Amino acid sequence: MRRLACLASALLLAACATAPGRAPTLYEQLGGRDGIAAITDRLLDAFAGDPLVAPAFRHVDIRRYRINFTDYLCQIADGPCHYTGDSMAEVHRGMHIDEAAFNAVVQDLITAMDRQHVPVRVQNRLLARLAPERKDIIYR
Amino acid sequence: MTRYASVIGLLAGLLALALPTACRAGDGRLLATGGVTEVEGSAGGGLVPWAVLAGYGTRDQMGVTAFRTRLDLPDYRLDAWGAAFTWHNRVELSVARDRFDLGTLGRAIGLPGAALRQDVFGAKLRLAGDLVYGPWPQLTLGVQRKRLLDFTIPRLVGARRDRGTDVYLAASQLLLGAADGYNLLWNLTLRSTAANQFGLLGFGGDRGGRQLVGEGSLAVLLDPHLAVGTEYRQKPDHLSFAHESHASDLFVAWFPDKHVSLTVAYVSLGPVAGLRDQRGWYLSLQGSL
Repeated sequence: MRRLACLASALLLAACATAPGRAPTLYEQLGGRDGIAAITDRLLDAFAGDPLVAPAFRHVDIRRYRINFTDYLCQIADGPCHYTGDSMAEVHRGMHIDEAAFNAVVQDLITAMDRQHVPVRVQNRLLARLAPERKDIIYR
Repeated sequence: MTRYASVIGLLAGLLALALPTACRAGDGRLLATGGVTEVEGSAGGGLVPWAVLAGYGTRDQMGVTAFRTRLDLPDYRLDAWGAAFTWHNRVELSVARDRFDLGTLGRAIGLPGAALRQDVFGAKLRLAGDLVYGPWPQLTLGVQRKRLLDFTIPRLVGARRDRGTDVYLAASQLLLGAADGYNLLWNLTLRSTAANQFGLLGFGGDRGGRQLVGEGSLAVLLDPHLAVGTEYRQKPDHLSFAHESHASDLFVAWFPDKHVSLTVAYVSLGPVAGLRDQRGWYLSLQGSL
């Protein structure tokens, strides 16, 4: 009986010893702040070529947007950043973004992550965290 | 013949309705969220209607799709084609023709080349929810009005009627990253039907009439363009002369862009009109405006 208990605890210890290390955070999977900044740059490139999205950026300060959006993604991905911009609801108030334009932005983000070679599963993790914001963004 | 003409008329009507709006047909929804077209012409998987509506139109847009499907079985062949029109991602109207070539059975009864044909007129109403966004699945109420054009053989095997109406409630949801990081789509459909073999063997029989059946689908998107999955569909078993069991499939659907999709599946229909183990390859092409 005691031998069995010994065996059990030995197995348990072995299981602990072979358990993989801490799973990487989404922030790390996206390549840290540099990776996220690169995604933002590629996203802005995609926006510029997207007729559904580009007009909305005509009067936007791109430099400020770049910093803010990188912070925003970084924070939502559990990175060590603090997004200081307005809430999604405030940012998009009065912009009348419809479903098609919103999905165009989603598609542009997927394109940007593809170009940055972000794996599909990591892309999905980020999209899953962004999806709940939709209700604060469309038809406002 | 007049029935045939009425289908052509309805198709033409649907097209006439769709064409002026085609220039306003939208593609604002995300890739693959219109599903493909199931054998009865409704947007869904291959065998099961889903809660999604045909095409890629958002609440501000229209959607139009057309499809062509072939299923090769050991003793039969099913051909299906049709079109669907979606208004504001709220209402879907569809029309489809199924042609079930009797193959072996046809030769056995001295009618080589004989086929069973039915027309299916479908309508769907999205009740609530969104496939991708929000905590709840998309919920849709649908109806399929079926009209069998060749009733002689179904009557001989004991079918009661040559027409019937299926009513179904479908729930579908895409869960982002839920399958080990891959997007997972699930669908459950509850259908009230009296159809034997989708309606191709008529409606009702000596063992009963209308009943509730369950259908389900599960798919994983390996990337935004490629889905692999499986489906299950219960069928009534109302003809003691032509025992019937459930249908199921394994499928791969490819969405190169929002204008075309190609689905390949391995489908099992179980026994059909006395011939056992009908399983074979399914190929379906869908176009969207």
